[in-house]
Amino acid sequence: MTGLDPLAAVLLVPLGAAVVLAVLPGYRLLSRLNVLASLLAFLCALLLFEHRPSPGEYLMVDDLNVVFIVLNTFVGFTTSVFSASYMGHELRSGQHTPGFLHFYHALYQVMMFGMNLALVANNIGLMWVAVELATLTTVVMVGIYRTPASIEAAWKYFILGSVGIALALFGTILVYLAARPVAGEGVGSMVWTVLITHAAGFDPALLNVAFVFLLLGYGTKVGLAPLHAWLPDAHAEGPTPISAVLSGLLLNVALYALLRFKMLLAANPRALAPGPLMTALGLLSLIFAALMLYRRRDIKRLFAYSSIEHMGIIVFAFGMGGPLANFAGLLQMTMHSLTKSAIFFTVGHITQAKGTQKIAEIGGLTETHPLLGWLLVAGVLAIAGLPPFGVFMSEFLLVSSTFARQPALAVAVVVGLLIAFAALLARLTALAFGRPRGLNNPVHASTLPIFAHLALVLLGGIYLPPALVAWFQHVALMLG
Amino acid sequence: MHGLDFDIAHMLAGLLVLVSLAMLYQDRLYALINVLALHALLLAASVAWQAWVHDAPHLYITAAIALGFKAIAIPMALRRMIFRLGIHREIEAVVGTGPTMLAAIALIALSMEVMLPVTAGIDPVSREDIALALSVVLIGLLMMVTRRNAVSQVAGFMSLENGIVLAATGAQGMPLVVEISVAFSVLIAFIVIGIFLFRIRERFDTVDVEALDAFRGDRV
Repeated sequence: MTGLDPLAAVLLVPLGAAVVLAVLPGYRLLSRLNVLASLLAFLCALLLFEHRPSPGEYLMVDDLNVVFIVLNTFVGFTTSVFSASYMGHELRSGQHTPGFLHFYHALYQVMMFGMNLALVANNIGLMWVAVELATLTTVVMVGIYRTPASIEAAWKYFILGSVGIALALFGTILVYLAARPVAGEGVGSMVWTVLITHAAGFDPALLNVAFVFLLLGYGTKVGLAPLHAWLPDAHAEGPTPISAVLSGLLLNVALYALLRFKMLLAANPRALAPGPLMTALGLLSLIFAALMLYRRRDIKRLFAYSSIEHMGIIVFAFGMGGPLANFAGLLQMTMHSLTKSAIFFTVGHITQAKGTQKIAEIGGLTETHPLLGWLLVAGVLAIAGLPPFGVFMSEFLLVSSTFARQPALAVAVVVGLLIAFAALLARLTALAFGRPRGLNNPVHASTLPIFAHLALVLLGGIYLPPALVAWFQHVALMLG
Repeated sequence: MHGLDFDIAHMLAGLLVLVSLAMLYQDRLYALINVLALHALLLAASVAWQAWVHDAPHLYITAAIALGFKAIAIPMALRRMIFRLGIHREIEAVVGTGPTMLAAIALIALSMEVMLPVTAGIDPVSREDIALALSVVLIGLLMMVTRRNAVSQVAGFMSLENGIVLAATGAQGMPLVVEISVAFSVLIAFIVIGIFLFRIRERFDTVDVEALDAFRGDRV
């Protein structure tokens, strides 16, 4: 590997930044370096399109994961910009010590490292370790405020998250056992590129059981109902930049792991079809989360349930399979990451301005904070699936392709989407319009990341560049 | 592997399941921690035996970690913590011992039913180890959901983890076993010594997870 290898850089930049951020003094310097490191990682990720190293025993880049890496580092970068102004406000209001900020920024980069590593891992064991690392750092981040509620959320997240990763590891061991007779003993039987070429010869029964464990294990991290219990608490109690990263990125990383194993199963004609299991869990999450949106009193919890809903849609899409549904799933995943993190950026500034997360104490935002208020309106309309935003496009594709194959399932999806739509709109009117309620602290919002995300989502709904469409189509075919 | 070698491997794995069951009916925290230490000791013996029989020296590292870290260091830390926090009282279970034991037996039967048929093609040691390991994992899970005390939840999680290490060593030649066991041990250290018990104690004057419920606010 040369010093200019972008793949190594995607991993080494966050890791090096974590060390530097842990020791350097000064808040401004810390947050700027955090932004700089995240930008650098994003640029390196972009280079992966051009310069792609051949797969090794531990790392690889292919057409599927490059999409995830670029999305991951991009949202990581914009979140670091948001985080700088968010943490600046917290510091001014005297909530934190300098030690806290070192800890926070260093962990942020460790988390980015963990997620990037999970995405480029060519080894199912290494992928598991990386997902575990990313989970652990987010657990600490969720509990970082040390309030009773945040400790409770972190404890719950830790317990459910570790059970999830333990089951995933058991599944990983079973995959190794299935691969061993064919691919031989040792590292080879855990290397992704070797596994997929030999998958047809694996023992189907063992592979089936392995997939059930992996689905439950990584599914917990994706936030699929009924394994989602950690997700709303973790989103609500941690710092808002972490909520944005959890929803926008970590869920995707777990989803990526799930997709890899789905491809493995699909490559073995005698193993059970993974599709129906995934569609069932996806649909359950969609309907359940849509109903749950109604009785939420906390603004961050509201959008956390919306994330469960969208992960449900995405898993459903990949479960349906086929070029069109996979395309819709990929688009939905990209659009959801961008939109949901934009919403959390907005919500972060709003809760700082209002000094509360309770929906009942926030009102009339378009009057008191016009810019933030209208950005929230745009974000919520986008996530609810209204045209001309990109989420509408992907949901439309999904529903129409499902109608052609399984009309009954399509009806269920539409019902779920409508329930969620009505709930979000009802909440939005209370938040954004009407008589202003609650406090009005001044807040220095950095709206640039929000604008950037929403502009991309809008673009996704109006005009998708042909190169991107071709890329997604190619990946959709890969996913089978 | 055959004859006595196989029998000893089988016996050690079986004992691990037995000790898992014993963990379920402990009603004092100190006793629970002693059983947990025994569990880790058996795991260390089982892994070391696999290392000896298969001539796989890297597994000795895994065994040493199980022995030094999980059988000695963590139980000592937990004991000190219980002593300092003054919580050496009875464990409150959500479900009684009787039903829990019955559920555990059902889980063992389930894991045999699931694992033995699907692993028919692989060698007998891996096969038995995987089935017994799954029982240990499931009993660990059962323990986590039926206990309210944070210390017993950690104990449940540690026994679950032991089950996974058993499965990983049973799968012969599996790379990364050492790395995985180190990663897991870091995870445990992280929690146990860590932040949670102290923070939970600091805020609530108890390590009973039930006390946290009041702070959930808006929830399902």
